[in-house]
Amino acid sequence: MGLTLVTGEPLRESQQDPKKEDEMPPISRGFRGRHRDDASSDRVPPGQYVTEDFPVLSAGPTPHTRLEQWDFSITGEVDNPHRWSWEEFRALPTEAVTVDIHCVTKWSKLDSVWEGVSVDTLLEGIETSGEYALPFCDGGYTTNLPLEDLTGGKAWVAFAYDGEPLEPEHGGPARLLVPHLYFWKSAKWVRGMRLAVTNEPGFWETNGYHIYGDPWKEQRYWGD
Amino acid sequence: MEGAAVLGRLNWLEAEVVEIRPETSQTKTIGFEVPGWPGHRAGQHVDVRLTAEDGYQAERTYSIASAVDDSRIELTVERLDDGEVSPYLTDELRPGDTIELRGPVGGYFVWDPHAQGTVFLVGGGSGVVPLMAMARQRAAEGSKIPTRLLYSARTWDDVIYRDELTRLAAGDAGLDLVYTLTRAQPPGWEGYGRRVDLELLAEVAPAPAVLAVAFVCGPTPFVEAVASGLVQLGHVPARVKTERFGPTGG
Repeated sequence: MGLTLVTGEPLRESQQDPKKEDEMPPISRGFRGRHRDDASSDRVPPGQYVTEDFPVLSAGPTPHTRLEQWDFSITGEVDNPHRWSWEEFRALPTEAVTVDIHCVTKWSKLDSVWEGVSVDTLLEGIETSGEYALPFCDGGYTTNLPLEDLTGGKAWVAFAYDGEPLEPEHGGPARLLVPHLYFWKSAKWVRGMRLAVTNEPGFWETNGYHIYGDPWKEQRYWGD
Repeated sequence: MEGAAVLGRLNWLEAEVVEIRPETSQTKTIGFEVPGWPGHRAGQHVDVRLTAEDGYQAERTYSIASAVDDSRIELTVERLDDGEVSPYLTDELRPGDTIELRGPVGGYFVWDPHAQGTVFLVGGGSGVVPLMAMARQRAAEGSKIPTRLLYSARTWDDVIYRDELTRLAAGDAGLDLVYTLTRAQPPGWEGYGRRVDLELLAEVAPAPAVLAVAFVCGPTPFVEAVASGLVQLGHVPARVKTERFGPTGG
């Protein structure tokens, strides 16, 4: 990237960016855009736009796992791995949540309505020295998150959307729901998570996308 | 940029419009000169940012249509009538204008010059764009990788890159073109005339034993039908790579 190191000075982030963040970008001649109303603008992270649809994104074919073959497990840095069958999972206390979701491909959807089991509930009584979670899924998808982003009422394993069972193309029978991070962290077709001491990049995180993915800091890609 | 190793941040780059070509009634190809463009792999996309005079900005993601070509890249944009960005790009933009681009993005849905076996490209509508980048990259490399493109469009006039595809396939025994026109077919049409279904896929898709990888791109129902069809036909899910083009927001 053509970096010039200033003598003796450690390289700072700002020096890598030839254009300062506060510099006015070039005006796109004739572009006015569709301005957001004030009510929702503080709920839409930078670079996002609001959609009423629910677009589908996935890297491969949609898996169709039968419920009797479905289970959810917590493995890795735990004393005893935990496993729930679908029936056992559905017998856990559930929560209904209404949240805004933000996809790295720029769309945001406000007030999406989900039902799921809080990750706090799943982790209850589990002792771990791990500080990171690597959710894994049917189809081989993985993603990575700090465990603290999954606890404290911030994340769910969701099985219903808008009052209906979650459709396979949207991640059914169950997907992770971590609305405060870009939506690729909300892994579809989730089957469990491995707890780990180190932060190992998952699928998109090894394919150019940010290791953490905070939409409010616009952490879309490597180096953001 | 083999391996898509990106060091540091992907910066917003100024991109000057150097060419605009109509492709179909709804799509245009826009060529940009992008000083500092780090290069890309066929199949990757790029973020586009527009800035209004009052500072308001809008961003969208578009697939790159062109093969690697120094600091020049081309995007093919479908005009969505109720879109915020695409009508600006297709109707308002003129050569000499400058917008901002950031990329390339995505390291998964990309052409692999070392693929072993037959590559199957399946595009629905403007989902053909990243596949065209692959076909162009393949041609530019003089690659012999057997490649079949199944392209579903509504009508013959909706086929993007029609002449170039015909030209590419005519000079290259390794590139097969199969069209299906779902809404209307010209007189004497000998290709398929329906939506891609299992039977059509069974006839057109390479056998599982020879398939290197399938790249499927289009609207969600199209991608769902093709990707699950390929799995039903015995293809390994890990060899079916998908990308969606929603008519959302645009």
